[in-house]
Amino acid sequence: MAETKAPAARPLSPHLQIYRLTLTMMMSIAHRITGAGLYFGTLLLAWWFLAAASGPTGYAKFEWFAGSIIGRLILFGYTWALIHHMLGGVRHLIWDTGRGLGPGEREWLAAANLVGSIAMTILLWVVGLLTMGGPR
Amino acid sequence: MSETSLKHIQTPLGRVRGHGAAHSGTGHFWRQRLTAVANIPLTIAVVIIMVMLLGRNQAAAAQILGSPLVAIIMLLFITSICAHMRIGMQVIIEDYVHDEIAKFILIMGNTFFTIAVGLAAAYGIFKLSFGV
Repeated sequence: MAETKAPAARPLSPHLQIYRLTLTMMMSIAHRITGAGLYFGTLLLAWWFLAAASGPTGYAKFEWFAGSIIGRLILFGYTWALIHHMLGGVRHLIWDTGRGLGPGEREWLAAANLVGSIAMTILLWVVGLLTMGGPR
Repeated sequence: MSETSLKHIQTPLGRVRGHGAAHSGTGHFWRQRLTAVANIPLTIAVVIIMVMLLGRNQAAAAQILGSPLVAIIMLLFITSICAHMRIGMQVIIEDYVHDEIAKFILIMGNTFFTIAVGLAAAYGIFKLSFGV
C-alpha cells in the first residue's frame, strides 16, 4: 500500500432525492403533514367551544371567522386533514396486524386513502352547505 | 440480595431489553395505537355533531354542545386527540431537531401546548354543560 490516492468522490448513502417519488411515499408525508396541521387546528376547536360558552357576542366573532373565505378554506383544509389522517391511521392499524404490506396492497391502500379522503370531504361539505341553506 | 446488586448482575442486554433507543419501551407506541383506535369512532361522532351545528345560533349551539351525550363525546374526543397529538408531535420533533437543548425545550413546549389546548377546550364544554 505505497501509493495512497485521495479518496474518490463516491456517492454517500442515498438520500430522498435519489428515489423516485411514489404514492405510498407521498401518503406517508401527507399523514405527517395532516397530523401536524390537525395539531394546530385543535386551537380552532378550543376557540369554537369557548366562543359558544362565552355568549352571543363571542360566538358571532367565531361565526364571522368561520364564514369568511379564509376561515372556510382553513375549515375545509381541517376537514380534509381530519379525514385523511383518520383513514391513514386505519391503514397504519391494518399494517400493524401484518396485513396489507404487499406491493399491490400498499398501492391500493394509498390510493384508497387519498380518493376516500377527498370524496368524503367534498360529500361532507355538500351536505353541510345544503343543510345550513347554502353559502351565506 | 439488595436491589442494587440485582441491577449489577443484569447483563447489558437485560437492562435494555424492551426499552429500546427511547429508553421508555413501547409505551408511546402502544398509547399512540390506543388513542388512534379511540379517535376513529369519536371523530366520526364529532364530525356529525359539527355538521348538525352548522348555521345554528349561539343559543342552539350552546344547548346542543352542553347536552350530556354531546358533551361527554366532546370531552372524550379532546382527551384522546390531545394525548395522540402529544406523542405524534414528539415524534416529529425527535425526527427533525437534533440539538439536545432545542429538542428538550420543544418537547416540553409540546406537552404544555397539548395540555393547555385540551384543558381550554374542556373548560368550554364544562361551562356549557354546567351553565356557569
